Amino acid sequence: MSTTTEVKPKSIWSGGFSPFNISWGKMFMWFFLVSDAFTFSSLLVAYGTMRHRFTDIWPAPGDVFTHFPFIHGHVPLAYVGLMTFILIMSSVTMVLAVDAGHARNNKSVATWLGLTIIGGLMFVGSQAWEWYHFIKGSEEGTYILADGRFARTDEYEPGKLFIWHDHHKTVIEGAEAEKLKASAVKNIKGANLIENEYGNTPLFANFFFFITGFHGFHVFSGVVINIIIFFNVLGGVYKRRGHYEQVEKVGLYWHFVDLVWVFVFTFFYLV
Amino acid sequence: MSNDMHNQPKHGYYTGDIHNQFVEEHYDPKSKKIIWRTFWILLIATIVEVAIAFIPVHKEILQWTFVALTIFKSAYIVGVFMHLGKEKKSMQYSILLPFVLIVYLIVLCLIEGMYLHNIG
Repeated sequence: MSTTTEVKPKSIWSGGFSPFNISWGKMFMWFFLVSDAFTFSSLLVAYGTMRHRFTDIWPAPGDVFTHFPFIHGHVPLAYVGLMTFILIMSSVTMVLAVDAGHARNNKSVATWLGLTIIGGLMFVGSQAWEWYHFIKGSEEGTYILADGRFARTDEYEPGKLFIWHDHHKTVIEGAEAEKLKASAVKNIKGANLIENEYGNTPLFANFFFFITGFHGFHVFSGVVINIIIFFNVLGGVYKRRGHYEQVEKVGLYWHFVDLVWVFVFTFFYLV
Repeated sequence: MSNDMHNQPKHGYYTGDIHNQFVEEHYDPKSKKIIWRTFWILLIATIVEVAIAFIPVHKEILQWTFVALTIFKSAYIVGVFMHLGKEKKSMQYSILLPFVLIVYLIVLCLIEGMYLHNIG
């Protein structure tokens, strides 16, 4: 930055000089990421719009994502918190790989890039686990009552019905709950694109599948690209080339994937 | 420290000047420290987010805190991890200014969503 003023030609756009002081590869990765960020923004804004539209019946994420491996009972948000940690960690290993590239340390680049790939695979695996539990749902699911009300059950508190309305929970238990269950129109378990047991709107599950699925696909693509670059590093391609810009480019993509998750985490899971 | 000489494409494309990959750049040994410091900042911000989700304060205060922490975290990811902080000002503006449109979209769509809710 400090020396850019000294190399300024008559006009920085007159050619023979990079006006943005950046290689074309990195610049195009940046502009691709801007366009991709617009896509993700549109998805999240659409989510926000529909959430405001159906604010009375939209489920609270803290009541939906409560599973944690090997723990019996509700642990809201802990698992997505862990996923966020995994992705941030893999972002750190990626930036260390880029840093090792600046230091021209081929072995160190390979190590950090390898760890990034492991982190990425862990994240994709966690997402698969999360999807599995979201689709499978709870043991008893949700009952649609004759009057159209939406009564959830809880596998850790059997015999109780939880009726949500306008963010207020009414608990019904005992004989009355049994009576309501018997007269229910429908019992929904888990989630698909048409209905789900979490909220009285299919949109909740649809947005979940679409947003986390689109992000998960980005992570998956990132892992594949990282693996290709990893083998290039092992083969000494960048050592021979004299620079590790390719690692920087995939690094930009990888950090972007982490960045998107930061937003998905907030707007899908926390808010 | 003009290095237009080094701007000559060696692999068939143009690069910048001092951050040019072909110039033997000065490696900053402090950069590792900055990376780990950023990691701790991001981790603590995430832990705070999960922790305050269970504090029974007014929902709107909580939501704005989440938004603020998210922007705080993304600034560190983009600025430090993606090195946007080290790019030229013109490059930074080219990347960041288009997102004004997203802010506009958010405002429009949330107003629309609330209107749709109110008309039932």
